[in-house]
Amino acid sequence: MAEIKNYTMNFGPQHPAAHGVLRLVLELDGEVVERADPHIGLLHRATEKLAEHKTFLQNVPYMDRLDYVSMMLNEHAYVMAVEKMAGIEVPLRAQYIRVMFDEITRVLNHLLWLGASALDLGAMSPMFYTFREREALMDAYEAVSGARMHAAYYRPGGVYRDLPDSMPQCEASKIHNAAAVKKLNENRQGSLLDYLEDFTNYFPQRVDEYETLLTDNRIWKQRTVGIGVVSPERALAMGFTGPMLRGSGVVWDLRKKQPYEVYDRIDFDIPVGVEGDCYDRYLVRVEEMRQSNRIIKQCIDWLRQNPGPVMSDNLKYAPPRRESMKQNMEELIHHFKLFSEGFHMPAGEVYSAVEHAKGEFGIYLVSDGANKPYRMKIRAPGFSHLSSLDEMARGHMIADLVAIIGTQDIVFGEIDR
Amino acid sequence: MATDLNILSSNINEAFSGKVVSLEERLGELTLVVGARDMIPVFTRLRDDADLRFEELIDVCGIDYSSWGSETCEDGKYLADVEHEGPRFAAVYHLLSVTHNLRLRVRVFAEDDSLPMLDSVTDIWPSANWFEREAFDLYGIIFVGHPDLRRILTDYGFIGNPFRKDFPLSGTVEMRYDAAQRRVVYEPVTVEPREVTPRTLREENYGRS
Repeated sequence: MAEIKNYTMNFGPQHPAAHGVLRLVLELDGEVVERADPHIGLLHRATEKLAEHKTFLQNVPYMDRLDYVSMMLNEHAYVMAVEKMAGIEVPLRAQYIRVMFDEITRVLNHLLWLGASALDLGAMSPMFYTFREREALMDAYEAVSGARMHAAYYRPGGVYRDLPDSMPQCEASKIHNAAAVKKLNENRQGSLLDYLEDFTNYFPQRVDEYETLLTDNRIWKQRTVGIGVVSPERALAMGFTGPMLRGSGVVWDLRKKQPYEVYDRIDFDIPVGVEGDCYDRYLVRVEEMRQSNRIIKQCIDWLRQNPGPVMSDNLKYAPPRRESMKQNMEELIHHFKLFSEGFHMPAGEVYSAVEHAKGEFGIYLVSDGANKPYRMKIRAPGFSHLSSLDEMARGHMIADLVAIIGTQDIVFGEIDR
Repeated sequence: MATDLNILSSNINEAFSGKVVSLEERLGELTLVVGARDMIPVFTRLRDDADLRFEELIDVCGIDYSSWGSETCEDGKYLADVEHEGPRFAAVYHLLSVTHNLRLRVRVFAEDDSLPMLDSVTDIWPSANWFEREAFDLYGIIFVGHPDLRRILTDYGFIGNPFRKDFPLSGTVEMRYDAAQRRVVYEPVTVEPREVTPRTLREENYGRS
């Protein structure tokens, strides 16, 4: 009889299905995974240590670079922690803007996830379509903050500035002639809110299109149904949050259960899975995009009717208006102190969490009364999810392992920090 | 939420009388401190007791308290102005009860500063596995009973515990590809440590007259 031996294989870190820099040491019996040992840390930048050497305001842009596909959600957890600790009141309009951009970010994240995980399983076309919609939303990011990705738009006390009244226009180039540009600019004639309203009107049909490609697709179902099944009890024990937990049938969403900002004034539903397999998690995420679309619509309506300040007027934490800073000594001093020494936090500790696109994203902030955090711990949802990869992948084929990595929505910026 | 926290704190006081070092509520968050010897029975009961039922461990975080309240920064290290009193290292556990919709923070100090040791909670919550590896990697806290206590975030062959306050921000080694040797080489770090904004402490209510 032939001698059969297990063998050990290296998967990644340079592998298109590794979603960045995941290195897996796999112990295989033929094609069946016996053990998967993820080696992480290849993207470790010690954000938490860097934060100890930066003032509270200087830390905001680091947040964008954690989970670099859902930038503003990361910022949100951080600014909420700072606000809670210092007791800063955030104007209502800023809260609505934050909720709206949180949901835009969630759509951005799920679109990338949908395209990338479909690509992992061999479906090429969703990627092209989802990136078309991502482009539209990134233009909204750019209009509001000047940056397509790393926005640094949320600040302790509110948001950096109010929504713009006009959208940047596309210009003719070698690729797009004047006629094509005119068509591109059609929905950019009004304000940012008009542009987003147009988006929310056509987006549900686009989601229908993605679903046409995948939901009843025989190959997609063969690759995802019954793969990586997690029971609700195991999901809780392994620290799952977000769509991973809801896919297993646990009704848990921080936006509903521990509402922050204005989520308690907004009408939306939480999709929940039944089986806890990759297919259910796919359905949960797709439905979440539709619900996010609903939330964005409600925020647009409110924001149209209610102008107002978008930054706290507490000058100890929030910068003064530019005009008054130029004319008023007191404001000039505040401005100078805020951007040189930074503000001081009362000693203590705080944990603030948001329902991130991937799960519960939390910031644990410890201050000893200085102008810099004493310790900042980032609770990244992907970290717990990836730690369960071994358990989820055991007994599955290598190809299913790729499906499981895809369903976990792994982004290394937040896992390695 | 506030009344829930009152009920929770009385439940905790009742369940762990004599084991609670301190239990305080601030900013709507409850923080429990227990001794390192009591941690396993306390955590097991926190998970299993019907009134508590913290079935999810959200986070484990190591902390180095050695430079608490100090402004001294030398060569990218934060050092203590005066000798720090009390234990240097602690692990902070963030628990979540999905049943009761409550959160709890538990802090456990490691008694020995030179060899900080705590019991592993991986048998209670499997999610602790990587979090404890991370605290071991970054702070050198040893979790007794952990099934696989290896470094997780730092490089293979890394020396030191980078998140300790006396570890310089820019590290100790740097890596580059050496064309002559045709391999990657490690050399002592050449980055000059600099601090753009100094760390300052102010008395309470500074500038708020």
